[in-house]
Amino acid sequence: MIASRPARQSLRQIFLAPLVVGLLSTVGLVSALVGDGVWDGVSWLALLLPILLYTGFLLRPRRD
Amino acid sequence: MNRVGGRIVISSTKPLRRWHWVHKWSSIVCTAFMLMLCITGLPLIFHHEIDDLLHEEVKASVVPEGTPQANLDRAVGNALAKFPGQVPHFLIWDRDEPDALLVSIGPTINANPVDNRLARVDVHTGAFLDSPDVTGRFTYIMLKLHTDMFAGLPGKLFLGVMGILFCVAVISGIVVYAPAMRKLKFGAYRSERPRIVRWLDVHNLAGILLVMWTLVVGFTGVINTWADLVLKAWQFGQLAEMTAQYKDRQIPAKLSSVQEAVDVARKTIPHMQAAFVAYPGSIFTSKSHYAVFMRGDTPVTSRLLKPTLIDAETGKLTDSRDMPWFVSALFLSQPLHFGDYGGMPLKVIWALLDIITIVILWTGLYLWLRRRKPRTGPAARRTAPSSPAGTSAVPS
Repeated sequence: MIASRPARQSLRQIFLAPLVVGLLSTVGLVSALVGDGVWDGVSWLALLLPILLYTGFLLRPRRD
Repeated sequence: MNRVGGRIVISSTKPLRRWHWVHKWSSIVCTAFMLMLCITGLPLIFHHEIDDLLHEEVKASVVPEGTPQANLDRAVGNALAKFPGQVPHFLIWDRDEPDALLVSIGPTINANPVDNRLARVDVHTGAFLDSPDVTGRFTYIMLKLHTDMFAGLPGKLFLGVMGILFCVAVISGIVVYAPAMRKLKFGAYRSERPRIVRWLDVHNLAGILLVMWTLVVGFTGVINTWADLVLKAWQFGQLAEMTAQYKDRQIPAKLSSVQEAVDVARKTIPHMQAAFVAYPGSIFTSKSHYAVFMRGDTPVTSRLLKPTLIDAETGKLTDSRDMPWFVSALFLSQPLHFGDYGGMPLKVIWALLDIITIVILWTGLYLWLRRRKPRTGPAARRTAPSSPAGTSAVPS
């Protein structure tokens, strides 16, 4: 369903998801510098997101 | 190129073509070196673990918590006893090995410290542990390849330029991502299509997901290549200022106690602990001073070292100042490059992101080669008509 061809997308549509991932990555990169414990946990989760999305999209079974 | 297989590919406006050109050439020039850096960087993330696994070392004695540390003058003396006629340059308290003190020893105080030998001393008993020759180690070879390719400062600065090109490639990649995704949803992976399309999707997806990480690790790597220059700038700037009245003095014939120097530093900045001591005449201080570099105890403040200069003749404090901004920037760029500031999980994440970066480089290289020399024959005819809108992201 996602790989099907939508109509021409606007720049906003194209960059919305990458922007969110980028912002969360920034949070992840900084938070482990700020403190230990919870800060490390936030960092792990935020930086794990792009890895999970990458493998998720590549392994997703096709639905058409 | 604005038509592939009868379908309009990109609006080939002039600025966009320029961005494609920038993405193509910045990538082509740096890709081989970036692949080398990613591959050598991968084991370096785990260099402590690898060294532990591959090399035996004498363990420091196990002591109950709160055991006082051995006198530093005695500890250094024990290390020097194994290196007759040589002199100490630095003392290092390794964050990852709190029970050992590292003494960096060279033939003379003017010798290049790159060739120094590191002696490990028990922090609590002051006993000499060992001084392994690390130069043949796997991690040492990886580190040399990664930092300067065994070519010294020129090699380092060259890799820095490659790093800048990599950052340019990432940023131009964001721009050319847009036309490629006009008709595709985020995360599109057309698994039923020919390899050139699949790898383009992988390249675009991984590239855009890792933008922040690749930019941060890339640029902090570039900053690290300037470390030698930053050190020089500090020496001729703040350090020269702090030690101006000692300018023409020679190294004292008899040095004051290093233990007392560290004690004075601890008294001066009681909320910090000693991380590093530079002996008078070594590259991190003047000829007349011990420089005791102090660190805090949070992830950030433990990186931001603060020097305390102790007169090595009288043992008295001369000055202590915060480092200038460009040295702090260097200090902070190091954890962000190494990924060693959030425990083992962060190291594993660093490794996974590094591997995905290798995928980006590899698929990018493939896409460029395929576009440059289109395959002829049946395979080409099969792929050509179906070359989709997305292939426009392959720089042409």
